[in-house]
Amino acid sequence: MRLASDPRVTAGITALAAVALLIGGAFTGLLFEGAHDLSGAWAALDPYLLRVVRFTLWQAALSTLLSVGPALLVARALSRHPRFFGRGFILQLFALPLALPAIVAALGILALYGRAGYFSGLLSAVGGQGWPGIYGLSGILVAHVFFNLPLSSRLFLEALQTIPADQWRLASQLGMGPRPAFRLIEWPMLRAALPGIAGLVFMLCITSFTIVLTLGGGPAATTLEVGIYQALRFDFDPARAVALTLLQVALTCLVMLCLTRLGANTTGDANLPVAPRRYLSVGAGETILNIVLIALALLFVAGPMAATLAAGLGADLGRLAGEATVRQATLTSAGLAFVSALLSVLLSLSLTIARRALALNRRAGPRSLLEHAADTGAGLVLVVPPIVIGAGWFLLLRHAGDVFAIAPIMVVTVNAVMAMPFAIRAIRPAYDAASERHERLCALLGIAGWARFRLVDWPSLRRPLATGFAFAMALSLGDLGVIALFGSDSVQTLPYLLLARMGSYRTEDAAGLALLLGLVCLALVLAADWLGRGEKA
Amino acid sequence: MPIGVTNGAASGAEVRLDKVSFSYGEAPLFFDVDFAASKITAIMGPSGSGKSTLLNLVAGFEAPQAGRVLIGGVDVGAALPSARPVSMVFQENNLFAHLSVEQNVGLGRSPSLRLTGDDRADISEAIARTGLAGKEKRLPRELSGGERQRVALARVLVRDRPVLLLDEPFASLGPALRDDMLDLVAGVHGERGMTVLFVTHQPQDARRIGQNVVFLDKGAVAAAGTADDFFAGAGPEAFRRYIGAGAGDPVSRDIARKRT
Repeated sequence: MRLASDPRVTAGITALAAVALLIGGAFTGLLFEGAHDLSGAWAALDPYLLRVVRFTLWQAALSTLLSVGPALLVARALSRHPRFFGRGFILQLFALPLALPAIVAALGILALYGRAGYFSGLLSAVGGQGWPGIYGLSGILVAHVFFNLPLSSRLFLEALQTIPADQWRLASQLGMGPRPAFRLIEWPMLRAALPGIAGLVFMLCITSFTIVLTLGGGPAATTLEVGIYQALRFDFDPARAVALTLLQVALTCLVMLCLTRLGANTTGDANLPVAPRRYLSVGAGETILNIVLIALALLFVAGPMAATLAAGLGADLGRLAGEATVRQATLTSAGLAFVSALLSVLLSLSLTIARRALALNRRAGPRSLLEHAADTGAGLVLVVPPIVIGAGWFLLLRHAGDVFAIAPIMVVTVNAVMAMPFAIRAIRPAYDAASERHERLCALLGIAGWARFRLVDWPSLRRPLATGFAFAMALSLGDLGVIALFGSDSVQTLPYLLLARMGSYRTEDAAGLALLLGLVCLALVLAADWLGRGEKA
Repeated sequence: MPIGVTNGAASGAEVRLDKVSFSYGEAPLFFDVDFAASKITAIMGPSGSGKSTLLNLVAGFEAPQAGRVLIGGVDVGAALPSARPVSMVFQENNLFAHLSVEQNVGLGRSPSLRLTGDDRADISEAIARTGLAGKEKRLPRELSGGERQRVALARVLVRDRPVLLLDEPFASLGPALRDDMLDLVAGVHGERGMTVLFVTHQPQDARRIGQNVVFLDKGAVAAAGTADDFFAGAGPEAFRRYIGAGAGDPVSRDIARKRT
């Protein structure tokens, strides 16, 4: 209705400006550096670089295929059996990898399938020779599937659960078997969700840094992101870093463009609560197949987590807890992650409410540029990975003095922005659904501003905000991207310390730290979930 | 003495749509019509004839592309929905699911729920008047469909605006329950004398409490008159077609009257 004075839109503009400042500053740094040493940047475009680009795309494509394909089957299997013992537990477990820091997962995978891992004896016996370990492409793929298979399964399941119960009632009345039901009811739903989910996974894999850094194991399996890190931290070759960064951005932009053409939407739609349906008969053969599918997925996802636990418990945890460095890193991590999560949720909420307010104002006309920005702005940050932003600011600030001094600011802001797509995923459906129900009523009764937030929005947003906060905090706690660039002896987070211990072959220490980090992230997500649910009643 | 302390807005105000045109992009709507003060007017018409849109224009959820909306002679075109002298009851989603009956009603008095002792007394009276005494602390999900609409009506009472817009609020209720609700509306109308605009698909609803009828067809007012005239067969051909053959004849009229 009255647009300019709407505080919801103002909040959105502020959030967009903050994100633009962060990303804009990075690009200023990159362009400044590039213009400074133009020939150097050109010279960096050699055959090696092209091989890196090819590998980046290849591993992302394979990871997407291996994650999304099986996830379709697993999600369908789970939706065919809406109630069985342990189903809730499996879904909980499938939510965990997203909360688990990449470096922890990488260690878990190494502990399981690595050269000295729990399975190495078995794998050597099967292969007939010494198990070479899982470094390289295979390690990267296993790790990416570990993260993205459960994520995609949950998203596909969500899509399947939006099928109204009436359709299933109708299907069983018409005597539809599993095959036609899949073709006519489930597949259209899955196909609609497919581009969005595959797109999300592909983007996550193309910008994956930690996994490739820790499991890539050499120049043969290096991606652009790791290349940027090496150029800045080891070779100190700014021109090369600029070339790599611009290539990375161009690549992700291109992919994103293709995906939007395909109709992908990286933020979810509202899912309505659906009554559990019981009028579904599943044949014995299909049941067995589904059990096998679910069990395989379960083992694959649970394995690295169990290995992390076992290896971590084998470490000298008492001594680790007594170390001043470990304590300091823990405190630093906790503080930075808390502030980062707070900022992330605030920015996400601002964008969500602004988008909704603009959409309500628009009615039937075309979307304004602002609404478009509020809608996809958060998805766009996927295009600009943390390393790129970090690299840009690194190059910009190295002339201004000590780049390592701004490490805390960089970690907080970059991680906050990176967590936004996930926070928005948690917040937007709830906000939009609540708005759908309450908008006219609020307008009629004059409930606006703070009163509206307190009485109407907060009760329906409490839980999604807690979920968003926990996710953002877990992501920030486990992030290695920005801190890898800016970390130093004076500012160390837990993942940074972990990497350092791995690098110096103190595997037991690393396993212990990984357990600590993993448990903290886990506890965080579970606590927020429980808190939100408890308050709802 | 009417229930509840009124804020001086006890009687109704005339509602006038002065050459109002509006469109969602396809079918244009055009309304030029008066609704008499303190009367209950049933707004009827086929689906898509613009009944709900007419109410939305009065309430301020839609803005006319041309023409004026006047309430009590005042052009309300620039006013926000909450600033207009109207209350509205929708078919559903009239309540905030997480707030109690008491709180939902209280929002009619203060949008930030800052309530004085007098306010609380009014709220209790309104809850009692609508037959909800003892259910103050319940949440909407613990109420039946009819009870939820009663809460909405209780809020209308504490809001005490001269115009009440009803957008098929009882459409999903059974016949007996619907009659109870209509009688409640008629009773409240008798006490407060507000102007009621009542969208309905049911001729018997219109006949039960409607004093006037406005019939919409193809996005414009096709006919307007008293309910008695309409149901005595003096309505336009389109109206007779809409309510069905024979609906206006004395026999079916007799049946409809028997229920009262």
